[in-house]
Amino acid sequence: MIQQLVMYEEELHQINQICENLHRDSNAKAVLVIDKNGQAMASAGDVHELDVTSLSSLTAGNVAATGGIASLLAEKEFAGQFLEGEKISYHVSIVGQRVILVVLFDGRSSLGLVRLRVRKATTELVGVLEVMVKKSQSGAGQQSVFSEITDDDIDNLFND
Amino acid sequence: MSFINYSSREINCKIVYYGPGLCGKTTNLQYIYNKTNPEAKGKMISLATETERTLFFDFLPLSLGEIRGFKTRFHLYTVPGQVFYDASRKLILKGVDGVVYVGDSQMERMEANIESLENLSSNLQEQGYDLNKLPYVVQYNKRDLPNAIPLAELEEALNPTKVPSFEAVAPKGIGVFDTLKAVAKLVLTELRKGS
Repeated sequence: MIQQLVMYEEELHQINQICENLHRDSNAKAVLVIDKNGQAMASAGDVHELDVTSLSSLTAGNVAATGGIASLLAEKEFAGQFLEGEKISYHVSIVGQRVILVVLFDGRSSLGLVRLRVRKATTELVGVLEVMVKKSQSGAGQQSVFSEITDDDIDNLFND
Repeated sequence: MSFINYSSREINCKIVYYGPGLCGKTTNLQYIYNKTNPEAKGKMISLATETERTLFFDFLPLSLGEIRGFKTRFHLYTVPGQVFYDASRKLILKGVDGVVYVGDSQMERMEANIESLENLSSNLQEQGYDLNKLPYVVQYNKRDLPNAIPLAELEEALNPTKVPSFEAVAPKGIGVFDTLKAVAKLVLTELRKGS
């Protein structure tokens, strides 16, 4: 059976709120929450000018590669990464071993401020994620849409 | 691991194209990218060497339409086929929902085919997956080459469990969408089973 991570309205709202707060409190340009497999989950700030899908996939690849390096060095993980650009800097941290929190910021903020605010947001996110994982595992909250899907529904996707 | 977002009504799944070096995994994705409507696809990303060999992965996000009001999004990845990139291949298999094994039909690539298939199976096992239980299809690429092995021989060597298999000529698109549809269908069927 395929393991599923399910996002319900309530948790998405909470994650979005955490992103909004982090975006505001850290003076960031944008904040993204990405699952470790590269799916974008939530965002805040100037994301309309970003290719969020590509950014998410590459970030997840980057985090996976860093995780691979960590295990080669017998480290559990490198919990964070920071890339400094001329205009934009990119701060990445792993939250609850499940999701990736990305903060993009420019000269209006600083690494120290971002780190400080990320710490608070991380604690909040961990709490929401725990609930989300429990709900996904128990299938609570909502009847899965898949139980009603028929073979015809699937076939119809490919009628072109 | 599929990701279902009830809030934005989206289902996200990850499909990985696996196979030996130069078998045509990237070519499959390039063909799909070129033939898909702009509104149904995102940017294709290739992390490749200067000689256009895949270094880490290719990535193509694709929307296949709606099922019961849910948008289905498939993220297609390729692995680097060259033997020494094994650490990268393991990483890309994480969270996989469906696998396409692309075999090279040429006689001289049979050993590489078998080695890659064994590598797929053992790398999946390391991640806690069983190839026999995962949505999985096989594609025999380069069917147009004069040194292509007969289909029956390929089936015997590379498809012992008789999963759906497809003959392909990836640069011309032959078999490319049939392969993708088959694996996508298996992934969705598996999701239904798990619900």
